[in-house]
Amino acid sequence: MMKTFIAISLALGAAGASAQQTVNMPIVIELSGAGAVSGTNFRDGAVLAIEEINAAGGILGRKISAPQSDTQSNPGISRAQVQKALDSDPYVILGPVFSGSVKVNMILCQQAEVPQITGAEAADITQTGNPYIFRTSFGQQMSMPKIANYIRDGLKAKTVAVLWVNNDFGKGGRDTFIKQMAARNIKVVADVSTESGQLDFAADVVKVKSANADVIFVYTNEEESARFLREARKQGVAKPLIGETTLLGQKVIDLAGDAANGVRGHVGLTADAPIPAVLAFKAKFGKRFGYVPDHNGIKGYTGVYAVKHATEKIGKFDRRLLAKTMHGLTIKPEQEPGILMEASWDANGDIDRISFLAEVVDGKQKIVQTLPKLGK
Amino acid sequence: MQLLLAGLATGGIYALIAIGFVLVWQTSQTINFAQGEFVMLPAFFVLAAMKFGGLSFPAALLAGFAAALLVLGLLFKQLVVDPIIRHGVLPLVTSTIALAILLKEGVKEFYAADAQPFPAAWATTNLQLGAAVVSVQNLVIIAVAVAAVALLQYFLGGTRTGRRMQATAQNPALACALGIPVQRMILYTFLINAGLVALASFLVSPIYLAKFTNGETLGLAAFVAAIVGGFNQVRGAIAGGLLLGVIDNLVAAYVSAQYRAAIPLFLLIAVILWRPQGLLGRIEERTV
Repeated sequence: MMKTFIAISLALGAAGASAQQTVNMPIVIELSGAGAVSGTNFRDGAVLAIEEINAAGGILGRKISAPQSDTQSNPGISRAQVQKALDSDPYVILGPVFSGSVKVNMILCQQAEVPQITGAEAADITQTGNPYIFRTSFGQQMSMPKIANYIRDGLKAKTVAVLWVNNDFGKGGRDTFIKQMAARNIKVVADVSTESGQLDFAADVVKVKSANADVIFVYTNEEESARFLREARKQGVAKPLIGETTLLGQKVIDLAGDAANGVRGHVGLTADAPIPAVLAFKAKFGKRFGYVPDHNGIKGYTGVYAVKHATEKIGKFDRRLLAKTMHGLTIKPEQEPGILMEASWDANGDIDRISFLAEVVDGKQKIVQTLPKLGK
Repeated sequence: MQLLLAGLATGGIYALIAIGFVLVWQTSQTINFAQGEFVMLPAFFVLAAMKFGGLSFPAALLAGFAAALLVLGLLFKQLVVDPIIRHGVLPLVTSTIALAILLKEGVKEFYAADAQPFPAAWATTNLQLGAAVVSVQNLVIIAVAVAAVALLQYFLGGTRTGRRMQATAQNPALACALGIPVQRMILYTFLINAGLVALASFLVSPIYLAKFTNGETLGLAAFVAAIVGGFNQVRGAIAGGLLLGVIDNLVAAYVSAQYRAAIPLFLLIAVILWRPQGLLGRIEERTV
């Protein structure tokens, strides 16, 4: 892994010989710890985009330099790494993915007036009035209404059991989800919190199973999702297991094996979207890195292309103008193919794009329905 | 019933790890704080044998088991314990802590930082017993743990080598005077420990996934189980492991998932206060 890390860093570093010829876009991301799956996908997606852009001449003639640092999935370390990245006079900062990390380091980017492109999904990240934070995936306030509608209309559920991971991502998602359930008169009959990095889910599965809810909603990070699914299979859970993006991600499917079959839910982003550009991205990613990307790979990839498009639109490297331009910006694939799907950013830095309902069949994510942008 | 079975299965894993802990302590006064990482590593031996060696899963299991005996048994004793134990227990404890970090970071660096799927060597189906669904995986774990413990007890009490190992554990100087090859007996306990942790690794990794950090939780649980049960008794380690597994699951289900990690430590403190020798341990007297 270290060899790959060094090779990628050298390749990216070698893209430009001097600071004048390069644009500095540090990647501060989870490469180890509980967020390693998400972070590695985001990093590799960003690296793929950077390699493509550099091969085509860079942004406004300047190639991208993207030094990488590992937050170890630790908010304190992420803050130190972002500070270190800010000391190198970056144009933008890419990452992190974990909401808990972004919450403690985004203030640094705001103070330095450096746009930060994040894959974090906790609802409150874009509610603090920070004009320099931009998501590349749905925040929970955008995704939870979609999954709530599916549970009410698609599954006709009257009761739900919720199992969530007790970190910023999970707590934010759980709170938003429960509000959406209340708004639709769906009763939450079990509310089970689990820990980040938890190994044993036997007791948690017993709890959600004994609640006998119509559906079980699972909102945990990748590895915990896979462990939960394996335990749920072990205990013969028969009720529908519903998730939001992560639970249906390819990494979870790979880790959970057969236990992932039958899982259903909403996916904000997926490499299996029935869109030629997304499928082409999936193939390129697989060829370059040797594994199938999940939604975090798309977050990293499209984040870099969003910066490229906005910068070319303003015609110069101006961080404040970049942030200003991205608010209210809509990028269409015909304008910028690397954006893959039409995407819009609102005044808070939240993204809006089409999304999908999916089901895991025979170890593959199968898209059942495409949902329109919320703004349409 | 499901909770109890799950608890016993978890406890069976803890017991296997704790027994090795106790055996190594008894024969060589080695407190191995890398015991958790010893459980994590064999799964990666198997994955590496499949990925780089192109072996089938059953062949990789055998190769992983052999590698565990070699690295975690023989090499651990000869390269870490033997040179350091003569300087006292404390330097050895520090060395095993360093070894734990080395193993963990080594796997992270040279294999993967993220979790890896690990195949199950048994059926992952369930049995319907009345209203209850019983996991075959849990039954297999319990059965393998019970069989391993029974075999070990027979070996220690019913064979000449086992009795010599016990004699070595009780009084190495006297055992040496009686002509027992003490160093070889100690090596056997290290090999048995390596075999037990490899077994625990193969049982638990299909459920927990293989990850470089897995040893942190498992090592602590086994350490607590050994002390709670009685650090100088193999049967204490078994009882401690099973008790901890069941309590852990019951607390997570009926009290609080957030505090489940704290409960073993409360149990540890309670045992130290009221029965320092452990639930099934014996009081050791020392001549001053």
